[in-house]
Amino acid sequence: MSGGLLGPLEVTLRAAAPIPLDLSFQVAPGEMLALVGRSGSGKTTTLRGIAGLWRPDSGHISVGGRRWLDTGEGVCLPAHRRRVGVVFQSYGLFPHMTAEGNVIAALDHLPRAERGAEALRLLRLVRLDGLAGRRPAALSGGQQQRVALARALARRPDVLLLDEPFSAVDRDTREALHDELIALRRHLPMPVVMVTHDIGEAQVLADRMLVIEAGRAIAQGSTAQVMSDPAALRGLGMREIAAMLPATVAAQEDDGTTRLDTAAGPIWLPGVGAAPGQGVRVRVLARDVILSRARPEGLSAQNILPGRVLSLTPGDGPGVLVRIAVGPDEIIARITRRAAEALALAPGDTVHAILKSMSVARDQVTLSGGAE
Amino acid sequence: MDWTALYLSLKLAGWTVAILLPVSILAGRFLAYRRFPGRGLVEAAVMLPLVLPPTVLGFYLLVAFGRASPLGEIWEGLFGQPLVFSFQGLVLASVLFNLPFAIQPAQRGFEAVPPEVREAAACCGMSPLRALWTVDLPLAWPGVMTAMVLTFAHTLGEFGIVLMVGGSIPGETRTIAIAIYDRVQAFDAQAAGTMSAVLVAISLAAIAATYALSARVGRRLG
Repeated sequence: MSGGLLGPLEVTLRAAAPIPLDLSFQVAPGEMLALVGRSGSGKTTTLRGIAGLWRPDSGHISVGGRRWLDTGEGVCLPAHRRRVGVVFQSYGLFPHMTAEGNVIAALDHLPRAERGAEALRLLRLVRLDGLAGRRPAALSGGQQQRVALARALARRPDVLLLDEPFSAVDRDTREALHDELIALRRHLPMPVVMVTHDIGEAQVLADRMLVIEAGRAIAQGSTAQVMSDPAALRGLGMREIAAMLPATVAAQEDDGTTRLDTAAGPIWLPGVGAAPGQGVRVRVLARDVILSRARPEGLSAQNILPGRVLSLTPGDGPGVLVRIAVGPDEIIARITRRAAEALALAPGDTVHAILKSMSVARDQVTLSGGAE
Repeated sequence: MDWTALYLSLKLAGWTVAILLPVSILAGRFLAYRRFPGRGLVEAAVMLPLVLPPTVLGFYLLVAFGRASPLGEIWEGLFGQPLVFSFQGLVLASVLFNLPFAIQPAQRGFEAVPPEVREAAACCGMSPLRALWTVDLPLAWPGVMTAMVLTFAHTLGEFGIVLMVGGSIPGETRTIAIAIYDRVQAFDAQAAGTMSAVLVAISLAAIAATYALSARVGRRLG
């Protein structure tokens, strides 16, 4: 996809204003990093720094060895000379141009005769080729977001930046767009940085997470690592702690549920709209997992997976996070300290994890993308 | 009906618009997007001709353009004729007293372009000049257009400054507004009436045309 040689994005930023910032991170080609934090934590400012729309007091940004910013040497490329694709929070579409025109506007590097065909190819990629002639005002929020994505990809960017790209659309549209972004991942060989305040969104979409609080990284690592680290999540709420459990769609049952096979056994979810054989990831919220020493009998909950306790981490409050291996995968349970003591749980113990099936809602099933 | 005076007025308004169009775009965009110390003072200075009596501005311009002033001296050295009481002097005065009309609406037009749209232009790889041409200008165009029509119409109607700087030399500085005044002084009510009606018609047509054009642009942007 990229015209240039793809390389990792390396970022170091320090600033006192508009937000105190002291951050350093890397993103590999094809990898998606989510910058997660509350509003005002500095995540959008960081993104603007990478794009060249804001200049930090000191810092260094390079992509595949090409320097975009090096304050020590006085290097600071303006935004239009950085090969970067940006999807803005409210998209920033050019209102006087059609969807096609918006994409063509970012195709200056191509000969004029080839721009129309390339714009249509990109609009087809985001499944919008039928609406190429519409102006942004005549498109829905989700459609506008897709135009913005097609436009961001048009430049064949060395880095793709997404600034809260799903915050301006309604819930249903957001979930549809999540699935599409996951499906698009194989067309995204460059480093991708996404800003979001929604930890669930970060977990579903990103490979790695960096949690920002007051301009500093308080945690950085794979989404699974960050998700099982209560310290990382203190600013974001323990309620959102969850694990992503890979599964395969096995069958659509007659009662309207869907059977999913995980490595540790089958689970049933209310009708998942995917064909048998399709790989999915099920988001299991830690607060919706109950633990039992013995295999429970006579429960209304159907989804019980045998597992082994990996670790117990006390949180700030009365809760304990328990990481459980279910086959080769991991889930997290959040139980009270009192319950953990009553069960005398220790690493290595065998437990049964009861997943409250109604809580594993359909909207938390996401189609696995090519990045898996 | 003094056709020469009408022609001179239109010529003056045309030159003023031609000179002020780039000024309007560049200064309007600069004032809309840049934050710099003294910005308030610059904006106030631009607005000054709006509040000063034309005679005050005319007086200063007369002094500044006069043969005793450095500007007047240089002008006369270059072109062999004085700047005051000439068409060129009138154009220069007209450009200055139209600055608020040319800059302010354009500035508002550029201010109305959402910052994210301008940033998106840069992130699409557009140089500042290309972004001005393909994004900023089309979106700010209603403001620039209003600025130019106001400048044109205001030049046709200006009286005080023209009288102070240009006098009333037929074919050189006697604009239609001055000609009307002359006719009234000469108790030629009929000619004054005809010319006044023509001036009203032209001004009305110019302003109506901008409103129609802005409405069309508004519909286009939906």
